[in-house]
Amino acid sequence: MRWIVRRAIIAFLTVFTAMTLSFFVIKAMPGDPIDALAQAFVRQYYMSYEEAYRLALAAAPFVPKGPVWKQYVEYMTKFFRGDLGVSISFSTGKKVAEILADAIPWTVLVVATSLVISFLMGIVIGMVMAYKHGSKLDSSLIVAFSILRSIPEYIVAILLLWILAFQMGLFPTGGRYDYWALELLKKGDVLAFLGNVLWHAALPILTWIITHISGWALAMRGSTIGVLGEDFITYAKVRGLPSRRIVIKYVGKNAILPLFTSFMLSLGFMFGGSIFIEFIFSYQGVGWVLYQSITQRDWYLMLGAFNIIIIAVVLGALLADMLYGFLDPRIRRGGTT
Amino acid sequence: MKISHLRLGVKAFIEDWILFPLSVIVHNVKALVGFIILLFYIAMATIGPHVVPYPRSFTCPPYLPPTIFRWPPSLEHPLGCDYIGTDIWAQIVWGSTTVLEIAFIAGIVTTLVGIAVGMIAGFLGGKVDAVLMAITDVVMTIPGLPLLIVLASVIRTSSPLVVGLMLSITAWAGLARAIRSQVLSLKYREFVEAAKALGMPTWHIVFREIMPNLMSFVAINFIFATVGAIYGSVGLYFLGVLPFTAFNWGIMLNMAFRQAGALYSLHTIHYLLAPIFAIIGLQIGLILFSYAIDEIFNPRLRARA
Repeated sequence: MRWIVRRAIIAFLTVFTAMTLSFFVIKAMPGDPIDALAQAFVRQYYMSYEEAYRLALAAAPFVPKGPVWKQYVEYMTKFFRGDLGVSISFSTGKKVAEILADAIPWTVLVVATSLVISFLMGIVIGMVMAYKHGSKLDSSLIVAFSILRSIPEYIVAILLLWILAFQMGLFPTGGRYDYWALELLKKGDVLAFLGNVLWHAALPILTWIITHISGWALAMRGSTIGVLGEDFITYAKVRGLPSRRIVIKYVGKNAILPLFTSFMLSLGFMFGGSIFIEFIFSYQGVGWVLYQSITQRDWYLMLGAFNIIIIAVVLGALLADMLYGFLDPRIRRGGTT
Repeated sequence: MKISHLRLGVKAFIEDWILFPLSVIVHNVKALVGFIILLFYIAMATIGPHVVPYPRSFTCPPYLPPTIFRWPPSLEHPLGCDYIGTDIWAQIVWGSTTVLEIAFIAGIVTTLVGIAVGMIAGFLGGKVDAVLMAITDVVMTIPGLPLLIVLASVIRTSSPLVVGLMLSITAWAGLARAIRSQVLSLKYREFVEAAKALGMPTWHIVFREIMPNLMSFVAINFIFATVGAIYGSVGLYFLGVLPFTAFNWGIMLNMAFRQAGALYSLHTIHYLLAPIFAIIGLQIGLILFSYAIDEIFNPRLRARA
């Protein structure tokens, strides 16, 4: 129990330090948010710069003022009370917490679905590779996967968007759902709306799966080969246990354990990495909001999105450590550390 | 006497670091293919800009399809032209220089910082270890890509050196952790204990006993750091957060994706596909080449050769 408390304190300090660092880096960004907003108005509504600047000045009450350290103290105290400030650019004056609450579920939908699918597929493929290690199939899959892993997801995303959406018209070219689907939802047709949502999320999910499956398969292959050499597997075989049982209960379970930590960590990292995919598919999730906030110099929104990602990463690591302790009997019974 | 000594040293060096690696590469088909691909890219980045003319706009018909696939093939505009009549092959060649420079600098810096932090933490242990690992944990927590975008807009430079350094800021932490655990597992092995018992100085233990055992691990990670830096730098240019003052494949991707609307029609797609193939080819070359690394650097395999 003392171990968990210590681990939680370290996690909190990590969050605090990472938040502080990102606060000052973001504050060092050049560029005036009012100017950035005015230029956005000029582009969007074709108005003169003076007019746009006057309109942008209406946002002035929301632009933070005073010395940076005072802003820092104010921001941090408010943050831990749940007040993330207001957005300057995104429908000016809207609460950052509201914007993020609207964006997060969509990123979670895409990231969690693709993480689970690619993890499961990777585990099955990795185990098959391990059982056939040394074979032609194994060695060619290793090469194919290590190359696939090095191909950037933005390239996969662009290719999928070009072929499946623009040329073949199988999937929408962007957005989270169609407006007609929202009308259907209002009429009570939930299934049709969900179908539309999945149809829009399909390409982002497919991109993640294509780029992540190789990592899981290679990791599972290595882990399984390690387990296959262990004595308890030989013993189980000698005892004449059915091979299905050995594959699933003895090999599978023990080989997955070491992958578990990276599974939990991935969730947080994929949040940050969703910028490219959400940018390409104009999918309004956290990555999209973060990209927009950076180009608009929308400090509070940027900080809010950053800190949410930081907290997600640290929480994921913390949960992984704790669950790992429960799952691995050696740690569970070892007790002291 | 001294000269023959030096000659022996040079000969041993050539045998160890040129002839031996080459024989490994030649005997490994994957590594050989990777090596040839990498040589092609390095030639493109170094000699290319002296041979291929500077890409200028309005010098050929907009969206001219690649002439190399035409019959008879022509080399005038081998990959065709973009939306304002700039030769695409010239843009690929001139862009390769910055892509490779950034990747190389980021790879070197990431690896060196990772080695230094991991070695010091693992070797000294105690408070130093605790502090260094706390820093490493924080760096690993900060979302890398978003931070890079913010940094890119703070610094606003397209100097390959600065972009390379920037990409290393978040990249070293994972390697440092891995090196540290490797050092911890090597620290109490017999051969290190023996060197300590013989009263060997610390630098000898670090560079002569521990380092050689880490070399293949370090070299593989250098390649991975390079692959990661190509991903990062091209991605930042693609998002348009770095200034478009130099040539880079990411800028071409951005232009094709956002400005030129290459996705809509088939006769503009070569502008988008050219940088995509350039990036994928380079990554494939690096990964295939990495298959020779273990054999080249592994001290036990070396001894056998």
